Amino acid sequence: MRYSGFKVIKEALTGHRGWGPAWRDVDPQPAYDYVIIGGGGHGLATAYYLASVYKQSRIAVLEKGWIGGGNVGRNTTIIRSNYLLDGNEPFYEFSLKLWEGLEQDLNYNAMVSQRGILNLIHTDAQRDAFIRRGNAMILNGADADLLTTAQIKKRYPFLNTENARFPIKGGLAQHRGGTVRHDAVAWGYARAADQRGVDIIQNCEVTGFTIENGTCTGVETTRGAIKAKKVAACVAGSSSRLMEKAGMRLPIESHVLQAFVSEGLKPLLPGVITFGAGHFYCSQSDKGGLVFGGDIDGYNSYAQRGNLPVVEDVCEGGMAIFPMLGRARLLRMWGGIMDMSMDGSPIIDKTHIDGLYFNGGWCYGGFKATPASGYVYAHLLANDTPHETATAYRFDRFAKGLMIDEKGQGNQPNLH
Amino acid sequence: MTQSNRLDGGLIDRSETWSFRFDGKWMKGHKGDTLASALLANDVRLMGRSFKYHRPRGPLTAGSEEPNAIVELREGARKEPNTRATTAELFDGLRANSQNRWPSLAFDAMAINDRLSQFFAAGFYYKTFMWPAAFWEKVYEPIIRKAAGLGTLSHKPDPDTYDKGFLHCDVLIIGSGPAGLAAALTAGRSGAQVIIADEDFLLGGRLNAESFALGDDPAHVWAAQTVAELQTMPNVRVMPRTTIIGAFDHGIYGAVERVSDHLATPEDGKPRQILWRIYSKRAILAAGATERPIAFEMNDRPGIMLASAMRSYANRWAVTPSHQVAVFTNNDDGHRTAADLLAKGVTVAAVVDTRSDAPKTSDYETIAGATVTNTQGRLGLTAVEVTLASGTTRTLAVGGLGVSGGWNPNVHMTCHQRGRPTWNADIAAFVPGGALPTGLSVAGAANGDLSTHGALMGGMHTAQSVLNDIGLASDALTLPPAEDAPVNVTPFWHVAGAKRAWLDQQNDVTAKDVVLAHKENFTSVEHLKRYTTLGMATDQGKTSNMAGLAIMAEVAGKQIPDVGTTMFRPPYTPTAIGAFAGRSRDKDFRPVRKTPSHVYAEEQGAVFVEVGMWLRAQWFPQPGETHWRESVDREVAQTRKSVGICDVTTLGKIDVQGADAAEFLNKIYCNPFAKVPVGKVRYGLMLREDGIAMDDGTAARMAEDHFVVTTTTANAVGVYRHMEFVRQCLFPDMDVQLISTTEAWAQFSVAGPNARKLLQKVVDPEHDISNEGFPYMACGDITVGGGLRARLFRISFSGELAYEIAVPTRYGDALVRKMMAAGEEFGATMYGTEALGVMRIEKGHAAGNELNGTTTALNLGMARMVSKKKDSIGSTLSERAGLNQDDALKLVGFKPVDSKNPVPAGSHLMTKGDPVDAAHDQGYVTSACYSPELGHHIGIGYLKAGDTRLGETVRLVSPLTGVDHDVQVVSAHFVDPEGDRVRA
Amino acid sequence: MIINHPLLGPRDSAEFTYMGDARLINRPDWQADDAVAQFTDYGYLRDNPAGAHRELWFHEGGDRSWLVVTRDTTTHEITNVELARDVARAEGRSK
Repeated sequence: MRYSGFKVIKEALTGHRGWGPAWRDVDPQPAYDYVIIGGGGHGLATAYYLASVYKQSRIAVLEKGWIGGGNVGRNTTIIRSNYLLDGNEPFYEFSLKLWEGLEQDLNYNAMVSQRGILNLIHTDAQRDAFIRRGNAMILNGADADLLTTAQIKKRYPFLNTENARFPIKGGLAQHRGGTVRHDAVAWGYARAADQRGVDIIQNCEVTGFTIENGTCTGVETTRGAIKAKKVAACVAGSSSRLMEKAGMRLPIESHVLQAFVSEGLKPLLPGVITFGAGHFYCSQSDKGGLVFGGDIDGYNSYAQRGNLPVVEDVCEGGMAIFPMLGRARLLRMWGGIMDMSMDGSPIIDKTHIDGLYFNGGWCYGGFKATPASGYVYAHLLANDTPHETATAYRFDRFAKGLMIDEKGQGNQPNLH
Repeated sequence: MTQSNRLDGGLIDRSETWSFRFDGKWMKGHKGDTLASALLANDVRLMGRSFKYHRPRGPLTAGSEEPNAIVELREGARKEPNTRATTAELFDGLRANSQNRWPSLAFDAMAINDRLSQFFAAGFYYKTFMWPAAFWEKVYEPIIRKAAGLGTLSHKPDPDTYDKGFLHCDVLIIGSGPAGLAAALTAGRSGAQVIIADEDFLLGGRLNAESFALGDDPAHVWAAQTVAELQTMPNVRVMPRTTIIGAFDHGIYGAVERVSDHLATPEDGKPRQILWRIYSKRAILAAGATERPIAFEMNDRPGIMLASAMRSYANRWAVTPSHQVAVFTNNDDGHRTAADLLAKGVTVAAVVDTRSDAPKTSDYETIAGATVTNTQGRLGLTAVEVTLASGTTRTLAVGGLGVSGGWNPNVHMTCHQRGRPTWNADIAAFVPGGALPTGLSVAGAANGDLSTHGALMGGMHTAQSVLNDIGLASDALTLPPAEDAPVNVTPFWHVAGAKRAWLDQQNDVTAKDVVLAHKENFTSVEHLKRYTTLGMATDQGKTSNMAGLAIMAEVAGKQIPDVGTTMFRPPYTPTAIGAFAGRSRDKDFRPVRKTPSHVYAEEQGAVFVEVGMWLRAQWFPQPGETHWRESVDREVAQTRKSVGICDVTTLGKIDVQGADAAEFLNKIYCNPFAKVPVGKVRYGLMLREDGIAMDDGTAARMAEDHFVVTTTTANAVGVYRHMEFVRQCLFPDMDVQLISTTEAWAQFSVAGPNARKLLQKVVDPEHDISNEGFPYMACGDITVGGGLRARLFRISFSGELAYEIAVPTRYGDALVRKMMAAGEEFGATMYGTEALGVMRIEKGHAAGNELNGTTTALNLGMARMVSKKKDSIGSTLSERAGLNQDDALKLVGFKPVDSKNPVPAGSHLMTKGDPVDAAHDQGYVTSACYSPELGHHIGIGYLKAGDTRLGETVRLVSPLTGVDHDVQVVSAHFVDPEGDRVRA
Repeated sequence: MIINHPLLGPRDSAEFTYMGDARLINRPDWQADDAVAQFTDYGYLRDNPAGAHRELWFHEGGDRSWLVVTRDTTTHEITNVELARDVARAEGRSK
């Protein structure tokens, strides 16, 4: 059912009796061409682009719980393409372009809001690094803008520039960055994929892979065995747990990242802002809540919850730039499982097992990548060659010494 | 205005009459009131507007679960948006304003949304606002944003302070109702270290809100007596106004104590709030239960509230929303409200009971088997329509309606570590279940024991069991007899057929929205919540989630427990962000580390710069200098001409001692160290295990078994940690010990042609520091100023004849003054980090900008330093092909073709004639400066195969800053490439 | 979290710095024929279990011991804490 102004008005006037399911609840078929494991943003987007762009069919998405229940439903909703390295920037810029057309593409309002993202600069060395980054963005076809403190103050008059421990010396802005209503991304892709015949199967956990002579021919699930020509893992924080069933060890650790939302407030922050002398980033949702976060807790965890020291650290960062925040209240905190990779960049690649593909290692940057991740993964699945924006995201880059290390932290995932 | 709705009795202090202002109108209340009770006393029921439809709202509750009566408390910089009137303590002069309305609370233009509510069903925005495509951000979203949100922040810095503290106890008791008090008394008398915390300012929980007796006394008297006894016990800490916000790992609880929120302004020196981290061996959750409403048509008018809240207002605060009230209930507890209000002289029109076998009394009318099917009153309730079992309707003219749908145990804290509650059909509610946080037990109503007797006994027994666990004996209490009424409840969630029956009153989620969500397949409980926003408001669904689940179960044909519950997450109630930040704000955001010469530098008028936690002198402006470049150029020129002094204490210093010290450094550095002679310094490059450069510095061999290692300022902590890892985890039997001595030694660089002459005036004469006696890269223990132990290193970052001299930190200030005095005849200058940077760029030394975590020894032009004859950290993985490509980046220098041009750091480099895009990127400039020595700007940076391109002209571009001109590739060593000066 | 330090007793985890999998103690032999491959596995691949995890913590704000902590990554429960040096020796590491 297509959403249109006419349909919305008609339903409003007739008691909303005509709406149907946003996606069908179906039982798994015995066999598919493609089985995508993971009904998060990336998995659903993969299914959608496989069906819509790559014209494939017989596609199923298997979700162990409810779709959108992983990181797509528990992130801080930021989209941006302000990356430094050539292995990353074209991919994230591709993603940002897909975001820009998402609503019309999906016929679903995910509230893509290009309200801009601003990274504050506090030292001369940081300015040098941000200039290098801004230039890399522009050279890759993205937008970047170096702002003075005075320009920033115009947009954020309450920013602490007078009494700050680490003075604000400007900022790097990407005006096309912004936020998206995160849950709606999962629902929008699910609905659009469903309309193209994709089976979305909730409460269906993969318990094992069927591997015959080095080829993956299907999966075992809590709802029975399902055959597949190609099996695509796309489970973010659960990557190691899943791939262990295929005997694989990954260059990934799972860590907890906490996120926070305040009580609703009248409009305050026009865009996304990040503090550069601590770890704090913040935006305001359309409902009025300040959505913010900071560092990962720093230890391996699958618990989807963190501890107080990081909560305090994040709030300290918030108060450092916005000293008025003291009187706003933190409403809710939660945690997600981050698939922290060894160089801070993702992997989208075939595995050494024929027919088994892998997408993961998103660290805490997976949400903004959702459209491109789905697109390039669909490309890989359909063509068995990497998409032109994702050629660097290979398993063998560690063996070859071709790491994509934006932060320069090396093989310690909790530092990325 | 008189307090027309004030009743007799209550636990307020009528001897204190206070004035307060709400929306510009001054009224009176008493000590012990909340803002909500004081407003009700003054016949004000309308206190807020709902989020989406801007419906007029009054208090639904009398506690922290309040969804409706939220206001902007205080004014100016202390304004607190979204403050619950139901928990805000009254103080004299309190000012509050309603929020989320325009122009006024009584007439809110945004209430047009209510008229259009059929368009604003759950999820409406996902389906619309897409046409035309550009309109979302430009038109629709700004309108939505402006209409949404609740209160307003002041935009001014929070003027109050917040503290943090740590507490330790044997038993933490959360809640001070009958269960909590019984538990605290049991534990307190046993001698255990006890903390009892309650969010309320008056301890006692429901004992303060009920009319029944405990033994011979009113319940609140027993509560007060018990609290008084606890307060006399030295082993018990009684914490009112303290909310336990979350159960974290290993028995750690977060708590926020509202020290000053009940005062107009905090007392001098007192914080507004304190965030406590409570380390408990055991904890007892005695958080009670929350009554839940029944959903019916137009159930949201001011004057409609939970029956228990109506009772609390009457018994504790001696107020009523109206002198004519009714009750709508599905259980016996609702009848208590009728009885209590009647006893207070309020007219009870009827109790509408959904049960056909409802208990009857002669005191008031009971309408059994009936439901409330509509209400009237635009800004406050005036009448309710009751549909009788027979189907006929009756209208009751009342201004207050108490609603009781049963009680939900407050299980939140039991779920903070992902435990899931279980369904208890007897009380038709979820009770604690699954894996509770380690060490947490639950007692009383929170555990489903809803009678007072049950709560008292549960509290005592739980405490005894917990004390037994930790090896403490305890005696049973003699508890007073208390009511022990059974829970007679027949589940009843919503009145069928209602068109607009609110579940989540703040977010305006109605029963219909749940049905629509189900229709659209948002049936899992998390989908329901996210799609309809049920339970996402500031009250976190404490009064609404249960009914939402029940209705979803009904339409899905499932049992309630099969639908599930959403996760409960910290904090238990919304918590001021300031409390989490504590004192870490403004200039105190992070500690400040000052160098030993800080005071001296201040005296010299130095400009300081933040370097990590350190404050370092950036330059030292002299009279007449108007631009920083003048100062820096002078410092550089004077140093290169004569002598300059710079505080380099911030560089990391690590003492390495032991028989295996040299062998250990052989592992740490990629270049060899085993054969460094005593009395010599060697430059060392440290790799990470992945083969990337980690840090560089020097290691000075002070003795056969003693090295002093220096690190960069930025990496001092990380390098030390890494070295300890290598020592303890990789080579545990090496005879080597490490200690960081960064703070132990004040260290100064003394650089320039006259450096030796200056030092010869400072170093005691028995130490030969002539060029022959103390050549380049020499080091040794010396004494200065007549016997003070010191260390001298002949190393140079500036490219000049230079030394670094170290003395114990407390002598740093004296040393710098002594050296500057000694240097006066040479015109010695202090130089700051800028001049330091300029000279190292002129010399082509790599620093933080070059060691950026992605560069290898090869990139730095130091590939040959990586010894293949020994094992060292990172050596093996540095061999990977990708790190050794033919066109690898190499560190080179750049000078502008047009000497007026700068060479800005962060610029990218393009081969002449190539397109300017990422595909043709050749590298980037890492560090740049104006070189006083050369008279033009210079830069160093990484260029693909740069070492083979010396002399080539490349295009330097910085589209971000509008720079585009040619530079020539040169050696990074701009000054004295042969190194004659350092050996002079 | 609280880490029961073998020498110092219970300490708040905020005093510690985390590194990761305790297998990082098992550094390969640099002279092995396939040293680069071994070091690649050592440096980059992790078990990352959901359950008991042996991991390295550094008592940075304390006595500067490296510890091997056995902690359940699903519940955060800590069941064992050892000095990393003892673990390393037990696994045959020496000089």
